[in-house]
Amino acid sequence: MINQLLAYLTKHLDRYLMGLVTILLVMGLITLFSASGESADRVVGQMVNICVALAVMWIAANVPLHYLSRIALPLYVVGLVLLVGVAVAGEVVNGARRWLNLGFTRIQPSELMKIAVPLLLAWYFDRYEAILKSRNFLIGALLVVVPVLLIARQPDLGTALLVTAAGFYVLFLAGLSWKILAGLGIVGGASLPFLWSMLHDYQRQRVLTLLDPSQDPLGAGYHTIQSTIALGSGGFFGKGWLNGTQAHLDFLPERTTDFIFAVYAEEFGMIGNIVLMVMFLLVIGRGLVIAANAPTLFTRLLAGAITLTFFTYAFVNMGMVSGILPVVGVPLPLISYGGTSLVTILFGIGLLMSIHTHRRLVQT
Amino acid sequence: MKRTVELRDHQRELHYFQLRLAIVGSAVLFSFFVLLVRFFYVQVIQHDYYHTLAEQNRIFVVPVVPNRGLILDRNGVVIAHNFSAYTLEITPSQAGDLEKTITDLSALVEITPKDRKRFQKLLEEGHDFASIPIRTRLNDEEVARFAVNNYRFPGVEINARLFRHYPNGEIASHVVGYIGRISDKDVEELRAQGTAANYSASDYIGKVGLEQRYEKELRGVTGYEHVETDANGRSVRTLRSILPVSGNNLTLALDAKLQQVAELAFGTHRGSLVAIEPKTGGVLALVSRPGFDPNLFVEGIDPQNWDALNNSPDHPLNNRALQGVYPPGSTFKPFMALAALETGKRKASYTISDPGYFVLNGGGGHIYRDWKAGGHGYVDMHKAIVQSCDTYFYGLAQDLGIDAIHQFMLQFGLGQKTGIDIDGEVGGLLPSQEWKQKRFQQKWFVGDTISVGIGQGYNLTTPLQLALATAVLAGDGKVFRPHLVKQIQDSQTEALRLIEPQPRAEIHLSPENVKLVRDAMIDVTKPGGTAAGAGMNAKYLFAGKTGTAQVIGMKGQKYDEKNVLERHRDHALFIAYAPADDPKIALAILVENGGHGGSTAAPIARQVLDYYLLGKEPTPPKPAPKKVEPEPDDAEEPEND
Repeated sequence: MINQLLAYLTKHLDRYLMGLVTILLVMGLITLFSASGESADRVVGQMVNICVALAVMWIAANVPLHYLSRIALPLYVVGLVLLVGVAVAGEVVNGARRWLNLGFTRIQPSELMKIAVPLLLAWYFDRYEAILKSRNFLIGALLVVVPVLLIARQPDLGTALLVTAAGFYVLFLAGLSWKILAGLGIVGGASLPFLWSMLHDYQRQRVLTLLDPSQDPLGAGYHTIQSTIALGSGGFFGKGWLNGTQAHLDFLPERTTDFIFAVYAEEFGMIGNIVLMVMFLLVIGRGLVIAANAPTLFTRLLAGAITLTFFTYAFVNMGMVSGILPVVGVPLPLISYGGTSLVTILFGIGLLMSIHTHRRLVQT
Repeated sequence: MKRTVELRDHQRELHYFQLRLAIVGSAVLFSFFVLLVRFFYVQVIQHDYYHTLAEQNRIFVVPVVPNRGLILDRNGVVIAHNFSAYTLEITPSQAGDLEKTITDLSALVEITPKDRKRFQKLLEEGHDFASIPIRTRLNDEEVARFAVNNYRFPGVEINARLFRHYPNGEIASHVVGYIGRISDKDVEELRAQGTAANYSASDYIGKVGLEQRYEKELRGVTGYEHVETDANGRSVRTLRSILPVSGNNLTLALDAKLQQVAELAFGTHRGSLVAIEPKTGGVLALVSRPGFDPNLFVEGIDPQNWDALNNSPDHPLNNRALQGVYPPGSTFKPFMALAALETGKRKASYTISDPGYFVLNGGGGHIYRDWKAGGHGYVDMHKAIVQSCDTYFYGLAQDLGIDAIHQFMLQFGLGQKTGIDIDGEVGGLLPSQEWKQKRFQQKWFVGDTISVGIGQGYNLTTPLQLALATAVLAGDGKVFRPHLVKQIQDSQTEALRLIEPQPRAEIHLSPENVKLVRDAMIDVTKPGGTAAGAGMNAKYLFAGKTGTAQVIGMKGQKYDEKNVLERHRDHALFIAYAPADDPKIALAILVENGGHGGSTAAPIARQVLDYYLLGKEPTPPKPAPKKVEPEPDDAEEPEND
């Protein structure tokens, strides 16, 4: 009886992904305990977040694929409307207009778009399967650019980046021609000065700071300098759990959220970093396998985009903490403290599981 | 058919998709490889560099200033000690607008214009120290009031610091000296000595007196605390601490109470007194009046007080005992007498008939007058000393000759530095033929010798030299280096180090001759002597000699004390030792513009001796020095040509 219930509950959960996710979440909690100054409250809070996110993942894993393709368009439209709502009547927190107060709760619609954009694009390209033309890619690009601009305006560079990446991955996997890709590269390069002028001062500062963090050691360069010191002082073997001085003495900013990797790297060293990267690679690898074996173009594109977005999270975050990418608000997936991003990421993982476990049901 | 094509298409598409996935997968691997390279670079290659940065981030080395050694008198009375107090300090580089900061601060704690001026002065002196005190000695309420508002004042903080305090104020100020804030010049010297590290974070250094001379003993060794601090600079814990080593304590030969009695005995007079223990060379008292309050200097003297001290015509900052040079006047005579006896130029019984003047034979018949018109009648050596007969010593000097005088007096330490253990001593002058040749490219005239014979002429001595010479006389020829510090107590082992208990030289004097001079000096304080008033009813054998040193020559005029400007009056001198049969104290006194030694200087000696030998404290509301029977001392300097 219990076995049957368990079997039912786990029917749509991918064992590999589940195992990897569990290990990463535990690593996250261990690091969080240290990063938060050994605060049990923080850890318990994150456990609650994890429970909620796992529930969301379970639901996503159990959603049948045809249902998924049906909600793609409505979800995107709702997300877009909410984004416009944010632009018009959003709440300003820390100088950025990201939140929308719905009366009973506050939501961050940009987070939704991380899933809604690849979902819609996958659905869109699936509809035009086999008769894809450049025109479709143009429309696809437009579907990405509109929400990205709204998000970038908030401003939320990190999310804008992730949404762009998610959309781009779909376009790329759908077969965006190399010519156009090259053309995009050239256009993108040419439009850099224009983009530069669009950036907010603090965003420009972050880019400049990346080039030379020591120029502004107490201002914009502070994050990068301190996180690099944390990494470097950790050395090969690390200082040991709870022994990271950079983190424990407050030198690291945002050390439970976006910069938690600095704490991890300081305490567990390069060995720890390699372990973490392997874990991430295994998740990504599993995701790519799922994508490769997915039954339809829709599921293939969706699985690929979700997996690569996960990669983008990890790469951008570690790159930023180690000082080779500008500081943008991208959390370390499954490790950083915070409910919103965790729900989004596990929702994506849930979709991967769903794609994998429902694949035979759709087989033609 | 169509279906197979579709299938093939499907297959091709899947292939195409998987190719793209492979490309993306490679990109993922490449990206992670880039990260790995970055990690390797930062965590392995640059590890040492970042490790250092992290340590610097968190560890601050905070110097801990050692407790400065105490200065105690011979009986354990505290002369200099330390107390802890709160200071409000500003670090200019962090405080931004200083004017505004100080104005805002003055709303919380009282900041006087004096404080501001002192702050300004310290700021201008431009030490590379972190913080400059704006207010010292805050009370608890002020500390609390500032603490609440601390956040409003970046770069301002309250520190508990040790302060040097001199509880006796002006008493013995020239001996103790003071400490003050380290100047750029001090820093240079410390660097040259290689001891600058011992002064890190410390603001004070001995500037004058014992505080300066014994800086190395008193200073101690700076300790260090390795403090772990968080990003806000708050210290979290101390990782390692090297305790500071307190400075060594100085015990002086000086008797603080005696010093006080001596200083008070001067009243409003300027002058100096030095008292030495003949058996050890220990300095029992060293007075220079007026004095100053050394406490003013500790926290940086404010310009107003500085100007008052520095520009005063009384020169309170000068240590007259070491730096004031005066002709010894008639206090020179006992030594002259001894020189004549020792060299065999005179017998004690040799008697002259004094007409009140001396005619220099072969010197062109120049006349040298005695202070007493009409003369002293028949005068032998004893009477010559007791009545301070000039005529007797004119002749004696001529017979001895300048070089014999020079050689003899040299042994007593006159006209040369005594080597006392504080800085700033001057040598004075003990003339000789050679000296005059060098100094003026001039031949020595016999006439020069005559005035030297009564302690005038080129003779210049400091009160300290005179006291030392007296001590040598009292100690039957034993010469000690006069020293203020008797022993040094090691702060760690509490071991005591005695300073120079051994005499550095001994003059071979015939006891008989010494006794002759001593007996005469005892009679100086007896009725008929020039210090009879001061010696009246003394309960011990009191040997002394009065003297007068002329300030300006009264060419052809009659010197009248009442009619000359106060500052043009003669200086009064007195040397003494007692008990004469077993000398425990020898002293020299100089009272600037005090007139006659017998009436001004000798009574001071009597008070000092009465206190030191009998424990008799002077009655506090002391009226003006009682007018003793006037026994005028020397007269004006004779004209040489």
